[in-house]
Amino acid sequence: MAGPRTLYDKIVDAHTVRALDDKGRVLLYVDRTILNEYTSPQAFSGLRERGCKVWNPAAALMVVDHVNPTTPRRTADMPDAGAARQAAYFAQNARDFGIELIDVLDPRQGIEHVVAPEQGLVLPGMVVAAGDSHTTSYAALGALGFGIGTSDIEHYLATQTLVYRRLKTMRITLHGVPGLGVTAKDMVMEVIRRIGADGAVGHAVEFDGPALSALSVEERMTLANMIVEAGARGAVMTPDTKVFRYIEGRPRAPRGPLWDRALAAWTVLTSDPGARFDRSFALDVGEVAPMVTWGTSPDQAAPVAGRVPAPEAEGDAARRCAAERALAYMDLRPGTPLDAIPISHAFIGSCTNARIEDLRDAARVLAGRTVAPGVRAIVVPGSTAVRAQAEAEGVAEIFRQAGFEWRQSGCSMCLAMNDDVLAPGDRCASSTNRNFEGRQGAGARTHLMSPAMVAAAAVTGRITDVRRLAAPARKPEPCSLS
Amino acid sequence: MQPFVTVEGAAAPFLLPNLDTDVIMPKTFLKGIDRAGLDRGVFNLLRFGAGGAPEPDFILNRPGYEEARFLVVGPNFGCGSSREHAVWGLAQLGIRALIGTSFAGIFDDNCRNNGLLTISLDPAVVARIAAVVAQPETNRLHIDLPAEVVTLAATGEAAAFEIEPLRKEALLRGLDAVGTTLAEADAIRAFEVRHRAENPWLA
Repeated sequence: MAGPRTLYDKIVDAHTVRALDDKGRVLLYVDRTILNEYTSPQAFSGLRERGCKVWNPAAALMVVDHVNPTTPRRTADMPDAGAARQAAYFAQNARDFGIELIDVLDPRQGIEHVVAPEQGLVLPGMVVAAGDSHTTSYAALGALGFGIGTSDIEHYLATQTLVYRRLKTMRITLHGVPGLGVTAKDMVMEVIRRIGADGAVGHAVEFDGPALSALSVEERMTLANMIVEAGARGAVMTPDTKVFRYIEGRPRAPRGPLWDRALAAWTVLTSDPGARFDRSFALDVGEVAPMVTWGTSPDQAAPVAGRVPAPEAEGDAARRCAAERALAYMDLRPGTPLDAIPISHAFIGSCTNARIEDLRDAARVLAGRTVAPGVRAIVVPGSTAVRAQAEAEGVAEIFRQAGFEWRQSGCSMCLAMNDDVLAPGDRCASSTNRNFEGRQGAGARTHLMSPAMVAAAAVTGRITDVRRLAAPARKPEPCSLS
Repeated sequence: MQPFVTVEGAAAPFLLPNLDTDVIMPKTFLKGIDRAGLDRGVFNLLRFGAGGAPEPDFILNRPGYEEARFLVVGPNFGCGSSREHAVWGLAQLGIRALIGTSFAGIFDDNCRNNGLLTISLDPAVVARIAAVVAQPETNRLHIDLPAEVVTLAATGEAAAFEIEPLRKEALLRGLDAVGTTLAEADAIRAFEVRHRAENPWLA
């Protein structure tokens, strides 16, 4: 093919079974999927009605995550009848179609987007499509990841392909050095604030730049995960040695000579110099401050030192109307300093921010501190493996000492499909990805922020700039007489 | 899938930008293993009060809009969660087409897979349609898919729209994508053999 190509175009080209028209529709081969219990049942029922098998059961993994309770003692019980039915049908589908199942009692259980990388299911250069919008997370591993609905899950399971339309491309370049207390979450929240919740609609986003290279693989997952909140229909990143080290030795990763061959192929997975993107956006991460949402859309956000904005400041009438509606729902008045907003709940969890590095970040803030009176604080590790690691490192103990509930893994209060639901009027500092109306419970109010910022809010009882908390208030060392 | 050729009916304006699928289909309606009963779920927290009674102010409960076949919506409609339940519910409610400036990607694909037509038009055209259908007396639209034209019944004003030929064909004939692709199984198998030979660690 003539001319320099983007990484996205290379991956799509390498997975095109055939072009379906001259307008960018292709039959796209998809390497892997991860299935959950709430978006997959109707897809399996469709296969049953057709009398159709799964094309390649080994290319899929089934993980229970959305509806399971996260109570500290793990059991297979689903107190909710609907959840029980979904979990039972999920297990039946795994058996009948021969797909590996990770159920709630499995030590590998967790949120699908945390589990799949842990298992080495996702490799550079792959196309991974799954029935969850946050499938964009896999860009961090050098794969093209994107979410699909249930009809397309069925299409994938039956044919290993999707009827796919090639996207426009958008490059998001991160440069500069982040200040203390600024995380990947703050960076992506700032990108979303600047380009808008529809800023990347119809585009595949490629992240690049020196500030991206400086991030860990887990931090990159946070970026890739949440860019869907700007409308990105897919995401990619060039895999580097950090990615290869992350993958090596994981259960489903290639080994021996195959590993060497894979590595040689993965090392050239990058956009060609001079490749053209339809759009470009650059962010100096040195200008980014810890971020907080004030509204009901992820782009309704501001630096924590800011104030609740006045809707009149919106030029566009529809956006002004949306801001007014958001402030009414959030029960906030324009001009209120964000760090004066009291919270009733603090939640650390989700596929965006519940990996081990996220928990360590929060624990650094919590060490020697306790949750403010009147605040209910909950931490739900991204996977059972993350939970075990946090316990082994002493991170879990810091959470417990601070007064956080230390839970089992699942999606939990990110979307509140299980029993972790907020009541009307509750106000939650949350490390999750969506502050939509009713997301964490009908009438409940969500402020998105980084895990460290959630920890800071938990100990002060209000939204707090984590940088303004003094160095951890450790207990004084006992006097030494020797 | 129900074919879409020409459809006429009432259109309801609901223009909030970035309207997400959590609002379109709240989580309490996601506990099934089938598609039953999702019409009740559509905009549930906005359409119904605490006791389950219809909220009289909500657009789909106002006289003249209860039987709406179309929604005129704001930018990035259907953003957020991939839940296809949102589209199943809209279809069960009798919604056949959505008219707006842009649609969220997964939601748009879900519409394509369920015979719902999404029509993207310039903001000024969407604003004009929304203004006219905001009056119940003039809220009827006529959509002609073969001709790719949407017409305001009251004024006769017509707007041309564009649609991908493949998507149009599937809508007109109510085609099932899985059935169509399974006819290509040999091509997929041949591709797969090549793909695995080039990337043997994928096998």
